Amino acid sequence: MAAPLSPVEPAPASAPAERRPKSANQAVRIGAEPSTVARRLILGIIGGIFLIPVIAMIEFTFRNGLAGDYTTSHWTGLFTEDSARTYRGLYQAIENSLVLAAVTVAIVLVLLLPTMVLVHMQFPRLKRTLEFICIIPITVPAIVLVVGLAPVYSVVVQVLGGSTWTLAFAYGITVLPYAYRAIQGNLDAIPVKTLSEAASTLGAGWLTVLWTILLPNLRRGVLAASFISIAVVLGEFTIASLLNRRNLQTALLQVSQSDPWVAVIFALAALALAFILLLIIGRLGSATPSRRKS
Amino acid sequence: MTATFTMTGPTATHTPTAGATVQLSAVVKAFSGHTALNSIDLEVAPGELVALLGPSGCGKTTALRSISGLESIDSGRIVIDGVDVADTPTNKRDIGMVFQAYSLFPHMTVLENVEFGLKMRKVAAARRRERALETLDMVGLTKHRDRFAHQLSGGQQQRVALARALVTRPRVLLLDEPLSALDAKVRVQLREEIRRLQTELGITTVFVTHDQEEALAVADRVAVMRDGRIEQIGTPEELYATPANAFVADFVGLSNRMPAELVDGQVTLHGCSLNLLGDPMPDGPVIALVRPEDIALSADGIAGTVISSSFLGSLRRTRVRLFDDTVVAIQHEVERHPLPGEAVTVRLKGAPVSALPPKVKK
Ligand SMILES: Nc1ncnc2c1ncn2[C@@H]1O[C@H](COP(=O)(O)OP(=O)(O)OP(=O)(O)O)[C@@H](O)[C@H]1O
Ligand SMILES: [Mg+2]
Repeated sequence: MAAPLSPVEPAPASAPAERRPKSANQAVRIGAEPSTVARRLILGIIGGIFLIPVIAMIEFTFRNGLAGDYTTSHWTGLFTEDSARTYRGLYQAIENSLVLAAVTVAIVLVLLLPTMVLVHMQFPRLKRTLEFICIIPITVPAIVLVVGLAPVYSVVVQVLGGSTWTLAFAYGITVLPYAYRAIQGNLDAIPVKTLSEAASTLGAGWLTVLWTILLPNLRRGVLAASFISIAVVLGEFTIASLLNRRNLQTALLQVSQSDPWVAVIFALAALALAFILLLIIGRLGSATPSRRKS
Repeated sequence: MTATFTMTGPTATHTPTAGATVQLSAVVKAFSGHTALNSIDLEVAPGELVALLGPSGCGKTTALRSISGLESIDSGRIVIDGVDVADTPTNKRDIGMVFQAYSLFPHMTVLENVEFGLKMRKVAAARRRERALETLDMVGLTKHRDRFAHQLSGGQQQRVALARALVTRPRVLLLDEPLSALDAKVRVQLREEIRRLQTELGITTVFVTHDQEEALAVADRVAVMRDGRIEQIGTPEELYATPANAFVADFVGLSNRMPAELVDGQVTLHGCSLNLLGDPMPDGPVIALVRPEDIALSADGIAGTVISSSFLGSLRRTRVRLFDDTVVAIQHEVERHPLPGEAVTVRLKGAPVSALPPKVKK
């Protein structure tokens, strides 16, 4: 759970520590950083824990039944017309998940971002409250959330119909803690008040201020919030399953019961996508804005 | 820098904007119980530069922000160009503002920053660029047009901020301690540039500062503020020569504090009887505020010992410890060069003085 948070503010934690010269007093210092060997060992073990299942998954997709020999037919089979028909449900579920991700991101951008900017500028005293509210979802297990959401959704279905995208309302809540942290970090780093006041004395209305002044300067935080939201939504199973909706994860579970190889292939693809998103976030966190040429 | 400021430069082709009048009447603003502005009356004439001067926390910034609309006022009226602006939001007030904190848009180049105000006014791109470059030239920064704020020095950033505020030829220019983050030399340079540009363009300007020297140097008139009120408003000469009260006398210019006696409304000091400036006070012991130029080194008079003497270019300032242990600064011509330890005698020239009640010690 903590993993997606770290790329947003990576510099203070890791960068200076690595640059610190190795000096004699280092050994004396309590809590000194581990030696190179220890560091590699830790990295190796943790990397292994991550990699072994992934490698096992990849290996599994090439297996031919239980006989122990290998085949590429599970991969090539995916691209035949036949499979397109068989896995139509799965493709539909992927589409659902992508729509959900998009709507969730939209909720974050349209609701959370302006709220945070407003609170930051106009109602700084509400900052603590907003933070508290946004962090709550991380402490509530998905199952508990569903218990509360079930009656809500019976109303939602009546009003908006039962299509899958409505699930994004629930996802909008589950991604709050991550999105909040990503945006807040960026908000704290720029002089929001001064910049927007300067813009408004120059004739900009509040919408222009938000769009042409704040958004470009909040780019990093907003992108990070969006990618984290996407990653969370693509990996979500519990809520969708318990509310009887089809998304990528529920469909994968279903497929795995008939064709475990295909399920694993799709799981790998989802994992790769999430991994790429996190890598991009990491880069965003460390790189200076690209327009800043020197 | 100054080379770019010849009158034949690009600014000369502009007809100076006739600045607007700005009137504040009985403006009150309180922050959760604390009165930041306590009935402010101020009238700034078209093209005039008025400095708001006062100690920290006296409400200068609040006054300026009220004019700009960044702060709403509790009561009173703010009238710009004859129109009450109570219902006009900041972005419609047609003002230019330079902030104390660096406020350039970090994601835009210098040129884009300067163009911003024109963009908001929907000026066509070509015309926009032309005017932005023209204004950048006025502050001598054309060569840095493609830089970003973080690639500029503090002084350069404030110059760009000034250009950004001036490019739209606003009705009113509001400056909130624009120089306070800069070092002394740049500060003097830039304040003169601001004054020149302001005069050239004829823009009505309110300049906030807590530096009395700065206020006296650039302003047509100075309003001295204390605790949310304007204590006195007048030309620098008026404030200096006839301060309305001891606070103004003490805050504007340099004053020696000398123990004295008030007798029949006259300040009696080392045998001299001096007229009292400002409001009458009850007779009794007072602290007289005497300007350094109102004391002279003389052949006879009050005895004292020279502590130090410093050369200030066209004049010299000498610190003398008088026989009663009061230390006074005396301003005199450069030719006379007292040495530390030298025994001297001084006399009062007899100019009127302000006085503080005795309990207000330093
Ligand atoms: N947003 C605010 N909330 C509460 N109090 C405020 C606020 N802004 C200003 N004040 C108070 O109002 C008073 C006047 O503040 P202001 O900023 O106008 O002072 P100033 O004269 O500009 O001082 P300085 O020279 O330090 O900038 C101060 O006592 C300050 O504490
Ligand atoms: Mg201030």
